[in-house]
Amino acid sequence: MIFGVDVASILLGGLSAGMVLFIVSVGLSVTMGLMGFVNLAHGAFAMLGGYVIVLAMNRLGVGFVPALMLGFVVTAAVSFVFERLLYKRLYRAGELDQVLFTIGLVFVFIAGLTIIVGPETQPFTPPAALRGQVDLGFTQYRAYSIFLIVVGIVIVVGLWLGFERTRLGAQIRATVDNRRMAESLGINVDRLFSITFAFGSGMAALGGGLGAEFLGLDPQYALKYLVFFLIVVSVGGLGTVTGVFYASILIGVLDFVLKLYLPKGGTIFIFALTILLLLWRPQGLFKRTET
Amino acid sequence: MTAALLETHALSKHFGALAAARQIDFRLDAGARHALIGPNGAGKTTFINLLTGVLRPSEGRILLKGQDVTNVAEANRVKLGIARTFQINRLFRGLSVLENVYIAVSERIGAASTMVAPAGRRPDVIEESMHLLDTLNLQDDAQLRISELPYGRQRLVEIAIALGLKPEVLLLDEPAAGVPSAESHIILNAIDELPKHIGVLIIDHDMDLVFRFAQRITVMVQGAVFAEGTPKEIGANADVRAVYLGQASHG
Amino acid sequence: MSATAAPSGLTGPALELSEHPAARMLIGRHRLRWWEPTPWILAIAFYFAFPSYLGFGTDLLITILFALSLDLALGYAGILTLGHAAFFGAGAYTVGLLAFNGVWSEPITSLILAAVVAAVVGFASGLVLLRTTGLTLLMLTLCTMLLLEEGANMAHEYTGGFDGLPSLSIPPIFGIFEFNPLYPHTQYIYSLVVLFVGFLLVRALIYSPFGQSLTGIRENMLRMHAVGSPVRWRLVTCYTISAAIAGVAGGLWAQTNAYVNLTTLSLDRAATVFIILILGGYGRLYGAFVGAVAYMVLSHFLARVYPTAWQLGLGLLLVVIALFARNGILGISESLWRRIQTMRRPS
Repeated sequence: MIFGVDVASILLGGLSAGMVLFIVSVGLSVTMGLMGFVNLAHGAFAMLGGYVIVLAMNRLGVGFVPALMLGFVVTAAVSFVFERLLYKRLYRAGELDQVLFTIGLVFVFIAGLTIIVGPETQPFTPPAALRGQVDLGFTQYRAYSIFLIVVGIVIVVGLWLGFERTRLGAQIRATVDNRRMAESLGINVDRLFSITFAFGSGMAALGGGLGAEFLGLDPQYALKYLVFFLIVVSVGGLGTVTGVFYASILIGVLDFVLKLYLPKGGTIFIFALTILLLLWRPQGLFKRTET
Repeated sequence: MTAALLETHALSKHFGALAAARQIDFRLDAGARHALIGPNGAGKTTFINLLTGVLRPSEGRILLKGQDVTNVAEANRVKLGIARTFQINRLFRGLSVLENVYIAVSERIGAASTMVAPAGRRPDVIEESMHLLDTLNLQDDAQLRISELPYGRQRLVEIAIALGLKPEVLLLDEPAAGVPSAESHIILNAIDELPKHIGVLIIDHDMDLVFRFAQRITVMVQGAVFAEGTPKEIGANADVRAVYLGQASHG
Repeated sequence: MSATAAPSGLTGPALELSEHPAARMLIGRHRLRWWEPTPWILAIAFYFAFPSYLGFGTDLLITILFALSLDLALGYAGILTLGHAAFFGAGAYTVGLLAFNGVWSEPITSLILAAVVAAVVGFASGLVLLRTTGLTLLMLTLCTMLLLEEGANMAHEYTGGFDGLPSLSIPPIFGIFEFNPLYPHTQYIYSLVVLFVGFLLVRALIYSPFGQSLTGIRENMLRMHAVGSPVRWRLVTCYTISAAIAGVAGGLWAQTNAYVNLTTLSLDRAATVFIILILGGYGRLYGAFVGAVAYMVLSHFLARVYPTAWQLGLGLLLVVIALFARNGILGISESLWRRIQTMRRPS
């Protein structure tokens, strides 16, 4: 590839990857910011949602959009039950127990899907309307990637408005800033967390389904991409929507470029960058530090 | 006039637009019993955090026995003789009471970096720790974990740890906070029995405690020194009564 | 209580320390307890009883040493790390690169070199990373390890990349005891001796005043600053020693397997040792032993035959341990033991 010719298409590819990363990770950032809960099983919920979406399309012939909605609802419901029954007991436990618990959950999800569905990769085909190329005027690009970018922008704007303008969003922001203060103001933090946890897992499910085209979908998904979700969240900052968005775009584009130019071991730069960014801003790059 | 044990000159701390400490001039002499009072949010704990080096001041200087310690790190200020207790217990909850004090004493005498010899082979540290617990009437609780201890006795361990550092300046941040009134006398006794030569600064809301203990009182309001004087002077100060004492009587 | 007694003085009447239970416990806690030789007796018995399982036994011993190194950092000092395989791998590649290129392969000195290299990596990374705590520290240790793994992968001209460095030739120990891949008697005894030395070191450290201050940092870092402790140096020192021991475990792995590959540096290895330690019980010295035995035996017999069922079972076990049995197998045993004791002596 000659440098300069295809800057636009590289950016578009990276952007679409970043959007998926964002859709999956945003819920993780908010729930970690709210409760300080180290949830390594977030990728497992994305995987679960991805499976529901893809299997509904492939085996039941459900349409793309209804399948996405189904994936969201099922995953949100499952995660809600998990949160009420299990996660809840570990809010006051140490990080070690949280890590152990969520690693255990990841194993259960992986093994469960392997037993129920099988170890193979689930094929994902975008609906006919989103296949092929689309003419953007300045360049031709894959319709599905453009679709992902549009969906990502809609979601980030929607979440941002919800975060900044609604009562629920204000409660979340207040709790992330200072949990004790929020509790003393009468915010029901437990209920808030249940809602955001379920919603965040539902978002992850959407990400799992939408990203299945290029991330693939097999039982190892929950572990394979976990590091990337965690990087995005820690670089973006816990409990921020916009921070995670910028971090996702940054990491998505960077990863896309590196895969093109340094197919062998390009991710080393992502790890190095993450280390430098975290040392520079331990609370995350985009987190407002003053309170 | 001889140098004070601890003094601050125009000490200020800003958090963004909020001035948590403004232009504080303060002086604590050896053997002093000094109280710092003020309404909630007056900046009392911020002031303690500035004195101990948890926070760096935005402006001003801190002198310990005439030596400028403004830029000395927290751990090194402890070595120079400043110790504190915390408003909310900061203890080693999973360890025994004796181990809590052992940690402080072994840090002070420089035993804590010993890697080869067992901790049990330092009878000097153990003996001093036990002796300290004895003077605070904690000897019978020495083998209990902090988490097994009633709150009032945990507050005593806070004081024991600070005394294990053999400080010249002792800063007590609400030592009786959260202690049931039936147990508060043990804290008051412990404060009465503090070594006479050390300078003690106490923050508290309990006016009985403050007036019983203090030879001098500083009143802080909104980050600044509002008044300073003997308990009699402060008690008679109409402005102080207006801003503080009146409201404190029922809280 | 006399009103003039200065609490800070040593001038008061000398207390009879041994009469006080708390003091007696602190004075005597480093002494050998009657059951402490048990693991070593079992390890020697294993050698004679299961000669055909010595390869597995060697692996187990190395895993215990690795878990022990993690216990020092994570269990005692509370350093939240998910990247301890960085040091295991550093040690393994030190041994591997030196032996593969014919530079140096004498086993014992190679292990010392592995310890030194891992310690340098631990010191350098610890110096930078240990300013942070919690999730940030977790991510930083994780990314540091992944960085090293990718680095080793990229430098495939030297490291063999994904395939690693095969067929290392390791000379006999003291020129006498040969490493035979089919009959790993030497490997087993050698690993057992190295584990024993490592264990003695960790045991001495945790019962020392230094170890006591590490538990203080774990329990309350802010208070440690307030008692004048040089917290960061203590942590860096602990991390460096822990890294050196992990490096020895890695070097041992390379020598006894006669190869090195990227799995020594992988997240899989780091996560496994983390699970093993917490399964056994962290901050407990023998948690590494119990956890490694439980995990390795189960995985050895189950994972090959029923890999999915093993993963499911392990996952459920971890969930149950995290929810109901904090402090792992040893933690459960301790509370059971205490319950039995109180039942026997109702007071």
